[in-house]
Amino acid sequence: MMHMAITFFCGLLFGCGLWISGMANPANVLGFLDVAGHWNPILAGVLGGAVAVTLPGFWLLRRKGRDASGQALHWPSRWPPDKGLVIGSTLFGMGWGLSGVCPGPALVLLGLDGAKAVLLITCIALGWLGGKLAWERLYRPAAPADTHGKNTSS
Amino acid sequence: MSAAWLAALGGGVLIGTAAVLLMAFEGHILGVSGILGNALRHPTSHWRWAALAGLVTTGVIARMAGAAVPEQFAQTGWLRLAVSGLLIGLGTALANGCTSGHGVCGLGNRSGRSLVAVTIFMGVAIATVFISRLEGWA
Repeated sequence: MMHMAITFFCGLLFGCGLWISGMANPANVLGFLDVAGHWNPILAGVLGGAVAVTLPGFWLLRRKGRDASGQALHWPSRWPPDKGLVIGSTLFGMGWGLSGVCPGPALVLLGLDGAKAVLLITCIALGWLGGKLAWERLYRPAAPADTHGKNTSS
Repeated sequence: MSAAWLAALGGGVLIGTAAVLLMAFEGHILGVSGILGNALRHPTSHWRWAALAGLVTTGVIARMAGAAVPEQFAQTGWLRLAVSGLLIGLGTALANGCTSGHGVCGLGNRSGRSLVAVTIFMGVAIATVFISRLEGWA
């Protein structure tokens, strides 16, 4: 119960950051991506502000090596890039550029809006599940299906 | 510094703080696409559902405080949203991450994979916006 309260709070804090920074409004995101038009560079400040915290924070946590309850930390692998990373990032960039919404803001919009946000989240979920299953079938036929707790890099 | 820059930086600091807290207390990367997908895949993974509920609650609070749905989102067509969502889902599943997992967390974790991912998806998103403005789709 305590764990759920903590992760709920993390989600809430993350959402508040998205809201305050303007990331939850796709007009700002599209303005940031529109480098050839009326470029709005402000969203670079969001990533900059966030990485200014995660960079020292994660460095310290890597040295510490354990979470608050003494469990090992789940770090995703940092190298090398593979085919999935390149193809996936390309497809994600296309989807992000089409609407100006990425998964975090999409969930914030789900609480704010009605049917359109439901459609968007449903499509993200279907695309993710379909992509994961198809990719595993293609490239990792012998891998165990349950990567629970390990494969949380995204 | 203008109010918009301060809001962007301040909001970014909150986002980064949330990511560090999740790693410090629960040992997990705050990557939204993976949390969403893996919550559906492993429905008993309660920590993921709680994090998702926190994100959605932000929107509910904003709505109760009288915030309107962003004009740009309300005006985006249904088909465009559906195609966008499917590409986002498929792409983040293959890439193991989105703006939060690779951008906020991956760059902070000095991950070469994430740097490659962010460079590609930012570049492709910029090209997508450019082409859709050129073609009059936006």
